[in-house]
Amino acid sequence: MHNFRYKAATSVSDAVVEVNQSAEGQFVAGGTNVLDLMKYFVAKPEVLVDVNPLNSLPVVSEYKEGVRLSAFATNADTAYHPIIEKRYPLLSKAILAGASAQIRNMATNGGNLLQRTRCYYFYDVNTPCNKREPGTGCSAIRGYNRMMAIMGTSEHCIAVFPSDMCVALAALGAVVNTDGMQGKREIPFADFHRLPGDHPEKDNNLLAGELITGIDLPAEGFAEHYAYLKLRDRNSYAFALVSVAVVFRLDGDLISEARIALGGIAHKPWRVLDAELYLQGKSATVDHFAAAAEIILQGAKTFEFNSFKPELARRAIIRCCKMALSPDTQLPGAQPSA
Amino acid sequence: MSTQPAIGQSISRLEGFEKVTGSAKYAGEYNVPDLLYGYVVNSTITKGEILNFNADAALALPGVIKVFYYGNRPSLAWFNMQYADMDAPPGTPFRPLQDAEIKYNGQPIALVVAESFELAKYAATLVKVDYKEETFTTDLIANQASARSPKVGLATALKPPPPKPVGDFEAAYDTAFAKASGKFIHGTEHHNPLELFATTTIYEGKGKVTIYDKTQGTVNCQLYVGNVFGLHFKDVRVISPYVGGAFGSGLRPQYQLFLSVMAALELKRAVRVTLDRTQMFSFGHRPPTTQFTRFAAAADGSLRAINHTAIAETSRFEDYTEVVVNWAHMLYPAKNTLMEYKLVPLDVFSPLDMRAPGGSTGLHAVESTMDALSYQLGIDPLEFRLINYAEKDESTGRPYSSKELRKCYEEGAARFGWSERLPQPRSMKRGNKLVGYGMATGIWEAMQLPARAKALINAEGKLEVSSAVTDIGTGTLTVMTQIAADTLGLAMDDVTFSYGDSKMAFAPIQGGSFTVATVGSAIKAAGLALAKKLFRKAKQMQNSPLGKAKFEDVEFRDGLIALKAQPKAVIALKDIVSANKGRAIQSTNFNLPKVMKLKNYSRAAHSAAFVEVEVDEELGVINVTRAVTAVAAGKIINPKTARSQILGGMVWSISKALREETITDHNFGKYMNQNLGEYHIPVHADIHELDVIFVEEKDDIVNELGSKGIGEIGLAAMPAAIANAIFHATGKRINRFPIHLDDLM
Ligand SMILES: Cc1cc2nc3c(=O)[nH]c(=O)nc-3n(C[C@H](O)[C@H](O)[C@H](O)COP(=O)(O)OP(=O)(O)OC[C@H]3O[C@@H](n4cnc5c(N)ncnc54)[C@H](O)[C@@H]3O)c2cc1C
Ligand code: SF4
Repeated sequence: MHNFRYKAATSVSDAVVEVNQSAEGQFVAGGTNVLDLMKYFVAKPEVLVDVNPLNSLPVVSEYKEGVRLSAFATNADTAYHPIIEKRYPLLSKAILAGASAQIRNMATNGGNLLQRTRCYYFYDVNTPCNKREPGTGCSAIRGYNRMMAIMGTSEHCIAVFPSDMCVALAALGAVVNTDGMQGKREIPFADFHRLPGDHPEKDNNLLAGELITGIDLPAEGFAEHYAYLKLRDRNSYAFALVSVAVVFRLDGDLISEARIALGGIAHKPWRVLDAELYLQGKSATVDHFAAAAEIILQGAKTFEFNSFKPELARRAIIRCCKMALSPDTQLPGAQPSA
Repeated sequence: MSTQPAIGQSISRLEGFEKVTGSAKYAGEYNVPDLLYGYVVNSTITKGEILNFNADAALALPGVIKVFYYGNRPSLAWFNMQYADMDAPPGTPFRPLQDAEIKYNGQPIALVVAESFELAKYAATLVKVDYKEETFTTDLIANQASARSPKVGLATALKPPPPKPVGDFEAAYDTAFAKASGKFIHGTEHHNPLELFATTTIYEGKGKVTIYDKTQGTVNCQLYVGNVFGLHFKDVRVISPYVGGAFGSGLRPQYQLFLSVMAALELKRAVRVTLDRTQMFSFGHRPPTTQFTRFAAAADGSLRAINHTAIAETSRFEDYTEVVVNWAHMLYPAKNTLMEYKLVPLDVFSPLDMRAPGGSTGLHAVESTMDALSYQLGIDPLEFRLINYAEKDESTGRPYSSKELRKCYEEGAARFGWSERLPQPRSMKRGNKLVGYGMATGIWEAMQLPARAKALINAEGKLEVSSAVTDIGTGTLTVMTQIAADTLGLAMDDVTFSYGDSKMAFAPIQGGSFTVATVGSAIKAAGLALAKKLFRKAKQMQNSPLGKAKFEDVEFRDGLIALKAQPKAVIALKDIVSANKGRAIQSTNFNLPKVMKLKNYSRAAHSAAFVEVEVDEELGVINVTRAVTAVAAGKIINPKTARSQILGGMVWSISKALREETITDHNFGKYMNQNLGEYHIPVHADIHELDVIFVEEKDDIVNELGSKGIGEIGLAAMPAAIANAIFHATGKRINRFPIHLDDLM
């Protein structure tokens, strides 16, 4: 770790001003990602502005018809909050499928949205990586790419956005509230994270020094029919090879609304509206789920070590749709249903 | 009432309280005033040469004391031999900071010494190194064609080469009734004990050092330091009372020891060097190994031909070997055998023994090929093992000193419920999960090395025993105390065992499951010698109640020597010491294995593992839902610590079969998942029901204690049993470890 200055924020505006005083300013919340990045010399902030003092808002508050999550609340407090468990159980399940209890106790909602990829090469400053150092090349394309993306990749980067929580937020259609030098913004979740394209160094559309203050969830929480399934190389404390969030509104046997979001396969939580529209008005059968999966995975591009991912994702979508029909079949840790 | 023997009792670790409350001090936790901290700079290239080394920016930081590299290191021992430790394979040992040459990625090339660890670590990033890169190769599979026979040397003594071929394998295989063959692929694994490697060297002045080191051999490190730095052995003291796991990684002196001692001697100050987790991937590892098997049997199930070939990685500078292909013929009779073991030198650091080295590798191939053959024959896998049960070691023709493997099969199968198994693959289901049962056999040689031990009775009549041996977390302290207590019929509370200090009685490195046999036997011998001495002194005392008794006529109990025939005729041990003018009575013994007797026998612990897996039929997700390991290892000194050893081996088996792998990027010639987030070892959610059985096994030959080591045997059978259970569940034979869900989709 190199030397840096530390500043505890006293208010939202103070945090924004402080972080913008330096070109190399960065916020720290739980620190579970940014401190690791500093220890690996990937992040070298000149000043760290601690946003934890801003954690005085309620974890969850009623907002319009839905709720607002504090950006500064921990992942654990959010997942176990009675309103979330009751109205947005998908979010609760997805958060609890991530990391470990210890990390979730530190990690915050704002930090979760901004965690960096887990690409091995990104963390190793002695290998080329366009995300870390634009223009140096992508080591993963010809390297070990089991964890890497199959959708929306570019020739410059094939990294995956690793969050579980954000897969649920994408499915629920959350809105991110921000505050910055240019004022307050409300960013729909689908527009928050980016694809790598020509600028893999940019994970999302936040402006420099912009602070996330809250995350709004719409009224509909799909508490009747939801499921989160996470497939990984060990049963806990591992990132997803593929994860799927599914929610339905059902009208008898017919699907009146479907949302399917995937993690572990792209540079952002992956939703394909055509597939969701396809399911609308159809009966909830495996054949229809399979057809939706085909639509979602059209154009998948694989690499040497992740050629299994499209088929795994296809099966995972079908299983997760089945699980969403009877959420009580779900096992702890977002394991496949028995 | 006399004290119950301590051997055979389940006794909790004596140091457990210190360990779980954090008061146990490890090598990197000994603080002295003015301690300096070293941080290692590692090579970022895989092969080549350092052209330019510039530490100016680092040295400019206040608090940075010195940056050592090949250009300014002190002059050191001249000969390679002086760098060879007790566990060095044939070849040229790696010499840190020797010259500008880079032999592998992550090679230590400099040590930054500063007033704090953080400062040293930061300064290390400011060191500028220009390299000339050369082409390298780290890929075993791509280079198998260049495999060659290993060189032999001293260390080969404990690792015998493959047995000579018997009969005519090819002819027997060609004409056999049933055949099975396989190619087995294992990648690199790193030990990753929780405790990071660390050395704190205290400079005592005049070429004298006290060293706190994380190691599995205090004397090994003492000799290494003495030789390399030209110090008198008596001036080098290596202390290692607690070791937070090692699994073989501490069998050889690691480079942080060298660097810490070098800096302390040069700067004449105390210096600590602690490696970080990434650096834990920059030395020894389990070598990637590719194996080929061909087994054949007659229609009645009797094995006719066994061929087992292994090709393993080694470094360019040492020929590290393992015993991979010798097990099949120790376990099963066959008239035609062909075993081969070859090495491919690559641009990596030398591999290093890692728990059940060779055994866990080779037995996977042997036991999964046996499993495949049993399906070919339509014979139950357990029945097939029984048909081919070897009453003697077929590879040498010698009898076993004891072998209760049959009991392992019987008791293990009964506890597991093996009879519930339906023979067809894919025939057992639970919801949308396929259920599979698998079993396998394990074997590990019971070795014994020479060692010394010291025993004394102090003025309070209490027994003090000591040995330089370490306790790497296996329960050595507890078990040695038990053995010592029984030598004089004392209660555990009346015995102290001191250890982990090179100035104590000589012990070899702690590994290979030979510590109880080696050090335990030495303690037993020292205890017996002490008993005889006490008896002699007791008889010489005035009015001794022992009269003309012979040693056989007395017993030691409750701190007394008593006549067996006259239980009231006693003399207290502490009175014998008083009569000795209060001077402790002691005995130091060198204990040698009884080679002449032992050479007529094969000696091995055996095991049988039974495993149930569930595999999600669509998604391939695998869970080991139940497992039983039954072990025959002679006398079990402490069933509680022994059970922990086997449980640890069973968890590791799940790791080996399903989780663990060091990922190498051969474009860079480096390991990519160098942290415990990405180097997957099992978590609680991966572990379900595990059960351990120790079967009765009496052995009067193997050593004075009748006890065989159990450090490795828990990892010998179960990885193969998991692969076999997966075949039974899915009908898919996956011979590449670790097995992942996408292998089964
Ligand atoms: C070993 C390990 C395993 C993990 N496994 C998983 C997993 O399986 N699934 C999963 O989803 N996650 C996993 N995580 C990631 C974890 O969820 C994130 O590290 C965590 O959510 C980040 O939150 P934080 O508060 O600690 O962020 P920090 O580390 O404090 O910050 C992360 C980034 O967000 C910025 N930031 C923080 N708060 C704000 C804000 N309010 N406004 C603007 N910027 C902000 C910081 O500047 C920084 O760039 C794992 C992490 C580790 C270390
Ligand atoms: S995939 Fe992206 S993050 Fe990984 S090496 Fe390539 S550019 Fe870097």
